[in-house]
Amino acid sequence: MKSLIKILVIAVVLVAVSCKKDTAPNYQFMPNMYESAGYETYGEAAFPNGVEAQVPAEGSIPRGFVPFDIENSTAGYELAKATLKSPLDSTQVDLERGKEIYNIYCGICHGNKGKGQGNLVKREKILGIPSYDDAGRAINEGSIYHTIYYGKNAMGSYANQLNEEERWQVVSYVLKLKADLEK
Amino acid sequence: MRKVIHRKLSKNFLRLGLVFLLAFTNTLSAQEGDPAKGKSLFNANCAACHKLDKKMTGPALRNVEARLAEEEGLDREWLYAWIKNSAGVIKSGDAYANKIYKEYGGAAMTAFPQLSNEDIDNILAYTAEEKKVAPPTPPNPDGGTDTATSGGISNEIILGALAILFILLAAGLYLVNKTLRRFASAQGIDLPESSSRTPLWKAFIQNQFLMLVVAIFFLLSSAYFVYGYLSQIGVDQGYQPVQPIHFSHKIHAGDNGVDCKYCHSSARVSKTSGIPSLNVCMNCHKSIYEYTGETSPEYSKEFYDGEIKKLYAAAGWDDAEQKYTGESSPVKWVRIHNLPDFAYFNHSQHVTVAGVECQTCHGPVEEMEVMYQHAPLTMGWCINCHRETNIDVKDNAYYTKIHEELSKKYGVDELTAAQMGGLECGKCHY
Repeated sequence: MKSLIKILVIAVVLVAVSCKKDTAPNYQFMPNMYESAGYETYGEAAFPNGVEAQVPAEGSIPRGFVPFDIENSTAGYELAKATLKSPLDSTQVDLERGKEIYNIYCGICHGNKGKGQGNLVKREKILGIPSYDDAGRAINEGSIYHTIYYGKNAMGSYANQLNEEERWQVVSYVLKLKADLEK
Repeated sequence: MRKVIHRKLSKNFLRLGLVFLLAFTNTLSAQEGDPAKGKSLFNANCAACHKLDKKMTGPALRNVEARLAEEEGLDREWLYAWIKNSAGVIKSGDAYANKIYKEYGGAAMTAFPQLSNEDIDNILAYTAEEKKVAPPTPPNPDGGTDTATSGGISNEIILGALAILFILLAAGLYLVNKTLRRFASAQGIDLPESSSRTPLWKAFIQNQFLMLVVAIFFLLSSAYFVYGYLSQIGVDQGYQPVQPIHFSHKIHAGDNGVDCKYCHSSARVSKTSGIPSLNVCMNCHKSIYEYTGETSPEYSKEFYDGEIKKLYAAAGWDDAEQKYTGESSPVKWVRIHNLPDFAYFNHSQHVTVAGVECQTCHGPVEEMEVMYQHAPLTMGWCINCHRETNIDVKDNAYYTKIHEELSKKYGVDELTAAQMGGLECGKCHY
């Protein structure tokens, strides 16, 4: 009888301990102080598509934003290559920042030296990344910006990860890498 | 049967003869290239847009030369011209060049003037190689699982054997005791009966002082545990929900070394770290359609490939046609780190201004197959870090004066975040 009670107690303790599941959130003291009445970032919301993250109203332009008129096509690429120039003058170019951003977003494929030997290429996950000094492509600032903005071939657009100024900083840094490669 | 074989043989000889004939009537430059060199050239120059057996930005290239010769009557010279300057061939009005240009939506193939005819021969030799019948992969995974599971099994076997041994010992002792008692009763030996004194536990209960001490001890210890239980309410440390798509941070951030901020780009510039929208996934997964890394019995290649399929379905990407269908559906990720609404936290302040590593708060994410909450995210935890972390006072001209005054006030060289006002209530609660 006594041993039975002991076994029962041990079983209850074990069950109580093992009941804490990691896949469900913990209890809260006063949930209405934790969970906002307002929408949480990326949460569900009473919009037609059910999500909080809404696209801005069509045609709206953030303060300081300059629309990019060149279209996403081969003709647009050629146009950018021929005419598009960086708005940054030599005092605004910050190669340190350009390098930092480049290493985060571009270096993973293009390599931190721009030779097309990023980590994903070395591990043969993505192949055929060209070196920046590729003669057939002959990239320049306009074409680099167009490619970052819209993507090209298998490369996607980076317009949502980098703002306009950051894109131009990266362009400056890519031009520096290209110059270094061509030395 | 034999006749059939012979007929096939003769046909094959005829074909071989034809091939030889063609090979020798071709121009001298059309020599067979070196597939090994061709492979490295292909991977360096062509693989961005072409795969051997799968349509990508450009068409699949397995046996491209033979196919072009058969279907379009185009020779190697045409390929030389096309590869070196595709735009020129299109402009010259070549019918097939214009057809393929239109078929791929006007995506012009980059010119490769740096490739020599010999290089192109090598590449074509590589594309002409027989498709390697995927060597039956089971040997490898099986070998892997064998070694992996045998480790687990051996541990279990040892534990099981120990348990059985223990049970046997207990049973043996019980039997020995029983037989000895039987012997004793058979030989008429009286076993000493337990004495009739009050048993120990009764004496214990009758002693009021001891009972008092025990009661106090019991109350204190239960208060301790109740306090511990209450203070972990609302703390989600270790929370590890099942996500709709099994995203392995270990593979992405660990094995492949993708920077945290590549996907969580808004951590640099905004309050939230940002769940990447699916176009960020597709930046790489347009090209990476299968998993080729290490596998385990739990997470097999099929499992990971299935998860990539889930991504394609959510993003509305048609992998066979290589284009978006436009039918996307948002992924309902389960949020792990969530501060209560009455506490303000800003990622950019910590990531960009302070330069805190993501791992400081989120733990070894690059080793997590399944993401979990590493830190308790309690106020004590925040404050502790603010007390211990020195801020960077160098080369920050805007704050030079305030840094100097504060250093003087506290009599220190290095200011902590707390001394800069990182403990003020209104900084986080307002």
